[in-house]
Amino acid sequence: MTEQVDHRVAAGRSNFDPTLLAGAESFARTWATAVIGSSYVPMTRAEVAEHLRALTEVLVRALHANPFRTAPGYEIGARLVEAHFTGTDTLGRTVQLLGDDLLAALGIPADELMRSRLAALQGALSAGYARALRERTLAEQEAIRAAVLDARDQAEAALRASEARFRAMFTEAAIGIGIADIEGRILDVNQALQDMLGFSVEEMRQYNIRDLMHPEDGGAAWRLYDQLTAGECDHYRAEKRFRRADGEQVWTHLTLSLVRDDHGEPQYQVAMIEDVTDRHLLQNRLRYQALHDPLTGLPNRALFLERLGRVFNNKQRRRAGLCYLDLDGFKVINDSLGHDTGDQLLVEVGRRLDHSVSGEGKLVARMGGDEFVILVEGSSGTRDIVEVADRVLRELESPIRIGGHELTVSASIGIVERELSGTTAADLMRDADITLYWAKADGKSRWALYNPERNAKEVARFTLSATMPAALERDEFYVDYQPLVRLEDATVVGVEALVRWQHPEFGRLAPDRFIELAEETGLIVPLGRWVLRRACEQGRRWLDEFGDAAPFVSVNLAVRQSRDPELVRDVKRILDESGLPPHHLQLELTESAIMGTADEPLEALRALSEMGVRIAIDDFGTGYSNLAYLKHLPVHELKIAGSFMEGLRAADEEDPVDAQIVSTLVQLAHALRLGVTAEGVETPAQAKRLHRIGCDTGQGWFFAKPMKPHEIDELLRS
Amino acid sequence: MDERPNWAPGDIDLERPSIARVYDYWLGGAHNFAADRAVANKVLADAPIVRDVVLNHRAFLRRAVRYLLGQGVRQFLDLGSGIPTVGNVHEIAQSVDPAARVVYVDVDAVAVAHSRAILAGNPLVNVLQTDVRDVPSVLKSPEVAELLDFDRPVGVLMVALLHFMPDDQDPHGMVAAYRDAVPPGSYLAMSHAGYEEGEWDPAWDEARGEYDRGVTRLAYRTRHEVEALFDGFELVEPGVARLPLWRPDSPDDLDDNAAHFLGFGGVGRKS
Repeated sequence: MTEQVDHRVAAGRSNFDPTLLAGAESFARTWATAVIGSSYVPMTRAEVAEHLRALTEVLVRALHANPFRTAPGYEIGARLVEAHFTGTDTLGRTVQLLGDDLLAALGIPADELMRSRLAALQGALSAGYARALRERTLAEQEAIRAAVLDARDQAEAALRASEARFRAMFTEAAIGIGIADIEGRILDVNQALQDMLGFSVEEMRQYNIRDLMHPEDGGAAWRLYDQLTAGECDHYRAEKRFRRADGEQVWTHLTLSLVRDDHGEPQYQVAMIEDVTDRHLLQNRLRYQALHDPLTGLPNRALFLERLGRVFNNKQRRRAGLCYLDLDGFKVINDSLGHDTGDQLLVEVGRRLDHSVSGEGKLVARMGGDEFVILVEGSSGTRDIVEVADRVLRELESPIRIGGHELTVSASIGIVERELSGTTAADLMRDADITLYWAKADGKSRWALYNPERNAKEVARFTLSATMPAALERDEFYVDYQPLVRLEDATVVGVEALVRWQHPEFGRLAPDRFIELAEETGLIVPLGRWVLRRACEQGRRWLDEFGDAAPFVSVNLAVRQSRDPELVRDVKRILDESGLPPHHLQLELTESAIMGTADEPLEALRALSEMGVRIAIDDFGTGYSNLAYLKHLPVHELKIAGSFMEGLRAADEEDPVDAQIVSTLVQLAHALRLGVTAEGVETPAQAKRLHRIGCDTGQGWFFAKPMKPHEIDELLRS
Repeated sequence: MDERPNWAPGDIDLERPSIARVYDYWLGGAHNFAADRAVANKVLADAPIVRDVVLNHRAFLRRAVRYLLGQGVRQFLDLGSGIPTVGNVHEIAQSVDPAARVVYVDVDAVAVAHSRAILAGNPLVNVLQTDVRDVPSVLKSPEVAELLDFDRPVGVLMVALLHFMPDDQDPHGMVAAYRDAVPPGSYLAMSHAGYEEGEWDPAWDEARGEYDRGVTRLAYRTRHEVEALFDGFELVEPGVARLPLWRPDSPDDLDDNAAHFLGFGGVGRKS
């Protein structure tokens, strides 16, 4: 530092006599005590005293100097300031102390000369002090002002450097940055953003942010923007498209931030914009791939279900319809012509579907395999969907040429159309699927409309078939018997065993409700075996009670049973176990069961016949019996179908054709030495006519309805 | 002190009093402006004792530095150094050993600029403009790295500094951070405004309020609290004492008020 305490004044002190020296030392101590604390000086008390002693010696010398000069006074004043005795009290105390004590302390007589010299030195000291202090003050003021300027320069340099850094960051950033005022006027954009959008800064400055609105921007994006400019939120991110200067669109990831002023008022908005077009396109492609069938290019199941789900969220759509479509016989094409051809066929079908049902609110999707579905949103009724289905069926009529094959395909379509309230997407899909199955069952190449009653029946059927095995175990089945009456004397010669199901939910069920189901599920075999055993046991009881008058039991044999390899063994075992003689058992088979069979079942029938079991053909005349073949079959009885009895029913007049048919059948049977039973006899006229024609046995309500075993007992006793 | 990061330039606002310049004025310097003097004079009017207080802190600095020089310390880190008025650390230190090294640290840009101007050409003294509370910035600065050898004892000076740091600014944490950075054998010299319980003169409230409003918040601490700031240091005799009573140059320097002086000083050694 510049301030240095100067001790050079001490030089030459040996010139003084000792008393003067002691006096100067004593005065210096007094002086030090007077001024210490009036200013800060970086010295100990002893150092201060030493410093002032040197100054005192200067004074002493000046007092005695010849010629007398005041210059040392100036020097002392300057040195006080130089030692940082700058406190305002220092000078006052010094001057006073000099006047009061100096001469006395030094032992100098206070004569006129000395007093005037002292006064002159006091004045010079004051002037020197004032000048030095003024210079020091000015120098310090100048120094501090220079320091302020330096500090400002540095601050500004730092600010410029900082600004330059930010400017570089803004200019060079790979991400697009734009700044706009709160009204949306664009103030500045960086190079990256200019490149991204293809506009120069000057062009961009002509724009308002709202001009950059893309027609397809969602309303949500602009709501967020309004919230931001209103100061309600400080930033938001969005995926946003912009239209480039060249008309192309660029997808961006946008972060818009609000910059507030010191008072928190919105001031600027800063947009950071990243070009994500490539990523966006990739995402789109991936999403497209995820939602479309690669073969046909149609929407896939996932997209379809998404759209269907959205229909339910769209309050404007009150109704909707579905066509669930499946190609008829596609498997055959695939298996015979190969999957490649099958695939090409699917592509063409997909194309035709898409072509025939394109339009708003309609969607064609491939659900997998050869299943397609068409969604019609906002339909006004079934007719809308039927029109679509008809158009599709028509579209598929013209043959499809694939690799030299001219393929004709047809499709079956299940249609569901309904109000959306009260149903669900899953309901729609399930019902359309069921309805498609109906269309197939009803003969294919057609559409079927969903029908809740039919569905209820199917549901019931399904329920029945599902509960049948348990029902058999729980003994819910029982057997009624219907008498077979000899027409000649009205004697009960036999009974037909008819199975019933006492269903806990649906009540008593006739065979037509469940036999077909049992055939489908295969349960007919155990069920049939159960009926057979029941009937044989009952037949044995009648034999025991009525002896020769006991009726034989006639039991129906389903097609599946007749082909069951265990049939003969089962029948034999049941006969053995029940103790019923074989000729007391008659098995009824349909024409088709007998005629259409291969050799093995026939062998079984022969074996049964040889065993003594009677074989009857049930519902004779409704199938296509090979009459020539009939005589080679192990058959004992023909049961003429009840439908032929219609014409013989009325009391007054008979239908000559029906009468002729029945008469011919009876003659045919008799010619083959077979017995004939007429089924469905309901009136006395029928009974009389059948007797006249020569029919052997009758069965029907005219004689008796199916009844409980004990009722048969009573009948036999009467 | 504002929230601005250290590298950002602060405002150079001459209308706002600065601690450094107010101190300079009280010490008899002219490195100050009207706004500084206005506050300084207001405080003086309410509490004339303040000038004496300031002189004592400055005198303590001189005595403490001389003591440390006597203990062999040759490098100093003067935190919150302010305006170099007279009797600065390097003057004291280099008068004893011209090879002594000093780094001054202050956040006041003007004080730092002035220091730089004065110190230009003195290669063993550096000035750093940083908030002393940002300890890592201070310790990792080139100014410190260039001059101070952290394998040898360092004299850390916190003269009239910590009473500007209320407890919510964690002065203990700051002291500890400097303590941890210097090697064993280093010293901490601290002077601190304060008084013992029951000594507070309500008349001082006014001065304190003036200072709080005009310059910066003051946090007075008791002797016990000041001792606590020396955590991790071994206090040298006479421990934390009233400022004038800490190793006075001469018994003559002590007046009747010394025992009730409004501030403490102490020097601790890191062992």
